[in-house]
Amino acid sequence: MTPTPFFRVLAAAALLAWGCARAFTLEEFQFQSPAQEHEFRELIGKLRCLVCQNESLAASQADLAQDLREEVYHMMQDGKSQDEIIEFLVARYGDFVLYQPPVKPSTYILWFGPFVLIGIGGFFLLRALQRKGREPEADLSATDRDRIEQLLTQPGTRPGDTQDRTS
Amino acid sequence: MARSKSSYLLPLGIFLALAALLFYGLTIDPKKVPSPLIGKPAPSFELESLLEPGKTISSDILKGQISLVNVWASWCPSCRQEHAELVRIARESDVQMIGFNWKDERPAALEMLRRYGNPYTLSVFDPENRVGIDWGVYGAPETFVVDAEGIIRHKQIGPIDQRVWDE
Repeated sequence: MTPTPFFRVLAAAALLAWGCARAFTLEEFQFQSPAQEHEFRELIGKLRCLVCQNESLAASQADLAQDLREEVYHMMQDGKSQDEIIEFLVARYGDFVLYQPPVKPSTYILWFGPFVLIGIGGFFLLRALQRKGREPEADLSATDRDRIEQLLTQPGTRPGDTQDRTS
Repeated sequence: MARSKSSYLLPLGIFLALAALLFYGLTIDPKKVPSPLIGKPAPSFELESLLEPGKTISSDILKGQISLVNVWASWCPSCRQEHAELVRIARESDVQMIGFNWKDERPAALEMLRRYGNPYTLSVFDPENRVGIDWGVYGAPETFVVDAEGIIRHKQIGPIDQRVWDE
């Protein structure tokens, strides 16, 4: 099956976009070794672009992102460690520059909150289910019981009777 | 069926508390990144003057009086909007206004000052975002309030208008 023109255009666009994105980070920077390049890619994946705030520094095309990538690159070339670079940026931009929020007391609600809420909900659910099982059928009152007996034993009230019986 | 009032009041209470929290969250602007520099000394810098090329201005100018460091650029429409307000503030109060021209080109910046007025006592020029990163600048306009000892007291993200100034 030959690809329809639509798919050809789509494939070409995808390749072009992918090529542009790669060129943006890769060809701009020269690395001393593949290991260093890998470390760089990893690091910028951990940092957030502050302009396009849902994207990492690796993905964002914003101007500021390029500035920060350059800064990270130069710091790496200067021999700074990943932790030092991260500390540098957090000191200037705050925790938000980390793509994944750190686990510290101020973010405990963020990390553990959903589990706590599920736990609370689960607790109430269990309690409701247990109660339903334990509760006995509501007792009939004495007058109700008499009435039922009367209705059941009276001749002529049994289903199917269409004529009076001669007793 | 629940017998006691508390077993449905409690989940309702939890839900209402959660709803109140989320409702409050709707009023916060998630794009505003709080600055970790508040309460810390302003990062020192030495930048070229915008108006007089070749002349260097250092961050010592921030000592001795209250300053507003206004980050702006000619390509930023909100900066143009707040410019009139800045001119008014410069005229009516005795804070020192420092213009921080960010990621801009000198001719365009000078043209904007010529056209809309120059509220700044001094203007510095940071076209490559060298110092901007130190101050945690991630967009324009931003304004920092620096006290007489050079400590950053407040960071205003976004343009200043009458309402913001009164606050």
